[in-house]
Amino acid sequence: MADERNFRLKVITPERVFYDGDVNMVEFNTTEGEIGIYKGHVPMTVIVNPGILTISESDRARNAALHAGFVEILEDKVTILAEVIEWPEEIDKKRAEAAKARAEERLRTKTPETDVLRAETALKRAIARISVIS
Amino acid sequence: MASMRDIKRRRGSIQSTQQITKAMKLVSTVKLQKAKQRAEQSKEYFNCMYETVVSMLAKAGNINHPYLKAGDSSKKGIIVITSNRGLAGGYNSNVIKLVTQGDFRKEDVEVYVIGKKGRETLQRRGYSIREDYSDIVEEPLYSDAMEVSRKVLDDFVNGEIGEIYLAYTGFKNTVVHVPTLLKLLPVEAGAGNGAKDAGTDKMQGNTAPMNFEPEDDAALDMIIPKYVTSLIFGGLVEAVASENGARMQAMDSATSNAEEMIEHLTLMYNRARQGSITQELTEIIAGANAISM
Repeated sequence: MADERNFRLKVITPERVFYDGDVNMVEFNTTEGEIGIYKGHVPMTVIVNPGILTISESDRARNAALHAGFVEILEDKVTILAEVIEWPEEIDKKRAEAAKARAEERLRTKTPETDVLRAETALKRAIARISVIS
Repeated sequence: MASMRDIKRRRGSIQSTQQITKAMKLVSTVKLQKAKQRAEQSKEYFNCMYETVVSMLAKAGNINHPYLKAGDSSKKGIIVITSNRGLAGGYNSNVIKLVTQGDFRKEDVEVYVIGKKGRETLQRRGYSIREDYSDIVEEPLYSDAMEVSRKVLDDFVNGEIGEIYLAYTGFKNTVVHVPTLLKLLPVEAGAGNGAKDAGTDKMQGNTAPMNFEPEDDAALDMIIPKYVTSLIFGGLVEAVASENGARMQAMDSATSNAEEMIEHLTLMYNRARQGSITQELTEIIAGANAISM
């Protein structure tokens, strides 16, 4: 029975409840690397790195671009507090590509004033967006 | 007694004012519905955020982290959220009172103002305005809150301000709005006993203790700014809802006051009309009598 292995996933943003349902597995990027979570994980709080969030429901998988926030993992419940998160259909591909080019440009033509960290984050976000669509 | 024409003119002017206040009331009712919905939708996020931070701090214990202790500077940063427009009853002045009548010395205060009304009043009273973010009040986005929090955290970390407060109007329900002064930084470990209890309950409910990855210090580094941002955003959303609620109430009472005045003036007008008819009649009768004599 697939149902017994399911746990509750909640994805909350400041503006809305993004996702709320029973899922089989959830994968995303953290500051420490990529992780995948099944039911019965050790309770943990982790910080999100920009990347793809994969939600595996019983019969299908859904992707979303998750950019910032943190995740509270309990044994039978996972709560993602996402500052920025988008479904693929909400992403503007052209804009993401433009943002990627801009961030790359900024990193290439570095000056002391460049906020490298910010440019890198922007680049990571853009890459996450593009890879979710394709 | 005022002449009939004067009363009529006065009544007309009050009537058109009433039309305006009525329309404004309707507009703010609609806006209130929208703002209220937003405030409710975002509530869950803040509750979760709050619980996480509280349980983290409860576990973290006596970590010596810059965000957890007051800076060296005696300056206090206050983020003041008011509205851009007036005619909202005591809404703006109540928030400003928190700043002017609190325990703050005027020289020690750096104001980060959100809302034109607050800026005007505080500037007039001689407070130093550090930043002005009045544009974001109409439709606050999360990214706006991020911008504000980045700025205040920078100033905090650079030692330009030692403490950060948030002055806003909390939205209880449509008619109850509470001006609130909230201490953002330094975060007081176990701030609010009720909240702390909730946090420990939650911890006990779990079989295993919560782990943090990365380690506590680094996690605090990342989560506290998010926590501050979410508080600012929450304050903004609630303030917008309160503003519209306050305006709705103010306009409602203005409309009913106008109604009262119109009633009074109508009475006076009718009396004056009757008086003039009576006078005319008396004159005609007197004239007729004079002729027939």
